[in-house]
Amino acid sequence: MIDVASPAAASAKDTGWWRGDGGEPVRRNLGLVGVLVLLYLVGALARPDIFLHGGRLWSNELTVLTQASSIGVITIGMTFVMISGGIDLSVGALLALASVWSTTVATQSYGPGVMILAALVVGAVSGLVNGILISYGRMVPFIATLATMVAARGLAQKISGKLTQIVKVASFNRIAEWRPLGIPLLVIIFVVVAVLAWVLLNRTTFGRRTVAIGGNAEAARLAGINIRRHTLLVYTLSGLCCGVAAVMVTAQATAGSSDHGNLYELNAIAAAIIGGTALTGGRGTIVGSVLGVLVFTQIYNLFIVKNLQTEYQQIAQGVIIVAAVIIQQFRVAALRRPVPPGA
Amino acid sequence: MKRFPDGTSRRSLLIGGAAAGAGALLAGCTSNADNSTNNDTGQTKVTGGDNAAAGKTVTIGFSAPAADHGWIRAITDNAKKQAALYKDVKFSQVDAGADAPAQIAALQTLIQQKPDVIVLLPQDGAQLTATGKAAMAAGIQVVNLDREFSDAGAARLLIKGDNYGMGLAAGQYIGAKLKGHANPVVAEIAGIDNLPLTQDRSRGFKDGLAQYGLKVSNRVAAQFTVQSGQDVTANLLQAAQHIDAIWNHDDDQGVGVLAAIKQAARKEFFMVGGAGSLDAMEHIKNGDTPLEATVTYPPTMASSAISLARLIVQGKGMSDLVELQVPKQIVLTSETITKSNVDTYLPLGFKS
Repeated sequence: MIDVASPAAASAKDTGWWRGDGGEPVRRNLGLVGVLVLLYLVGALARPDIFLHGGRLWSNELTVLTQASSIGVITIGMTFVMISGGIDLSVGALLALASVWSTTVATQSYGPGVMILAALVVGAVSGLVNGILISYGRMVPFIATLATMVAARGLAQKISGKLTQIVKVASFNRIAEWRPLGIPLLVIIFVVVAVLAWVLLNRTTFGRRTVAIGGNAEAARLAGINIRRHTLLVYTLSGLCCGVAAVMVTAQATAGSSDHGNLYELNAIAAAIIGGTALTGGRGTIVGSVLGVLVFTQIYNLFIVKNLQTEYQQIAQGVIIVAAVIIQQFRVAALRRPVPPGA
Repeated sequence: MKRFPDGTSRRSLLIGGAAAGAGALLAGCTSNADNSTNNDTGQTKVTGGDNAAAGKTVTIGFSAPAADHGWIRAITDNAKKQAALYKDVKFSQVDAGADAPAQIAALQTLIQQKPDVIVLLPQDGAQLTATGKAAMAAGIQVVNLDREFSDAGAARLLIKGDNYGMGLAAGQYIGAKLKGHANPVVAEIAGIDNLPLTQDRSRGFKDGLAQYGLKVSNRVAAQFTVQSGQDVTANLLQAAQHIDAIWNHDDDQGVGVLAAIKQAARKEFFMVGGAGSLDAMEHIKNGDTPLEATVTYPPTMASSAISLARLIVQGKGMSDLVELQVPKQIVLTSETITKSNVDTYLPLGFKS
């Protein structure tokens, strides 16, 4: 994560990387960990019987992680798209489409393997369509994915006939029940996806190209990166994440539905933003996005265990987003300030 | 790379073939044809007698919000099927659009076509009241389905379910079962919280429990969707380590509620549902989940609305009543379905 070649880090000899540009994501992520600790303290005050009791705390936090897992996977895909300078508004609708496609009577008759495969392929192919529209159709990502958002939701309604498609394949539903070593499988999938994404973003040329395109597309093109092909791949990756999340949500709900993933696009964008991903592209971390998702899910959990109404929770979410963006702006302003002589 | 005579590379041929194969496989997967016999004729009905005899041809215009979940879909399905049972009914459905203004626009077109009667489930009762009045003024009878107009003069007949009664029935069922328990924990899983119907249901539930000296310990609100039902319930089960009874307002979201209960491996409580979906009734019958009862809010009201709309235009009354005309208002009672009577109600269950 420490990029020694960056200009801000050049002056970091006196101040250390901590204050330089390279330490920025680390500081931000520690800030989010601080928020999570704060939420824990609020929980300990509000419901000491849960938050100060080892067994119940463990059980509660596993629930938070499980409920965070599907939106977490979506947010990871969204993080790649946003770092590359794009946006994907279709994620919730693609999830719904993949869940419906994988739970029709015909698909269910082939068993759990085909159901999972169908969800993954539908997600990836829909993402590919997004990518083609944007990179070869030269559409603005906002418009292209807005169109696929509406169309995919419509197609999901058409296929399902607006009915809830209950999953009768018990082995498929077990995805949400199985707890190897006491950890829910959904949480394990979330962690695996996050680790793979971290490696992909930070340790591969694919990841460096994604950052380069989002940071400065023209410079990336002059450096010989095939921007079109790369954009195509980034949106396909986001679509694939939708497919993975569709499997998770469908198993959790024990049903496929065109209502699944409602407002996931906004939740994913919000989580990525408070995790430090820039809407303008070129910056963002997987760890930040995962922490962003956990903050929102933990707040949601706190409101329910405290038996409070959900309106307040939505207000709290809004406040956190605004706070995160203000902090981000401070940071940008600080970067623009001329370096004082002798620094 | 070895190339075929036409210049296609082996790789692109392979990728193309795989894509075509996957496409064919996936397209085949969209079929929802269900081989099991699905007998839902119980949701529509024509009784014998004088009223069933064909009379003057009646043109019925119908408008209900687009189906976003099982119950509202059942409303439209039932209306269509009931109309098809009569030889003297011409049925024309107009799209209700996405919101009240869209429905108002659609209805204005419908009024121009001068049907004999309009059966209307408004997007919003208050906002559609003026349209109901306009139709009545144009000589078209209006049957107001479920969501009530703000002015009784805007409709010839109001037929609706009883949200308060539904909550009351659920509260009374739970109260009776928990009588004698010391400090029982009663949880409530509501639907969309800012809808008047949710507030009515919760008020009824509170009153029903109060008759037995009980109150709601934990209350959460879902969104009438399966996924939201699963999400709130997973957290609710963490909030309360021991629960004695749960009332879930809506059987559609109930699919998710039951999934979360199963995933948490909890079974110390019993659960009451709401609406009366086929899935809920099957669980009640099989006893395979904590769901042991549901209080109805029947979408068959749409079938009844079509029958009554026909009678209104033909100037006939309801044969068991003394009055010569159909009454002005009908409120369906919320019935409690348990294992003992579920077989009677199964034909009325709607698909989620």
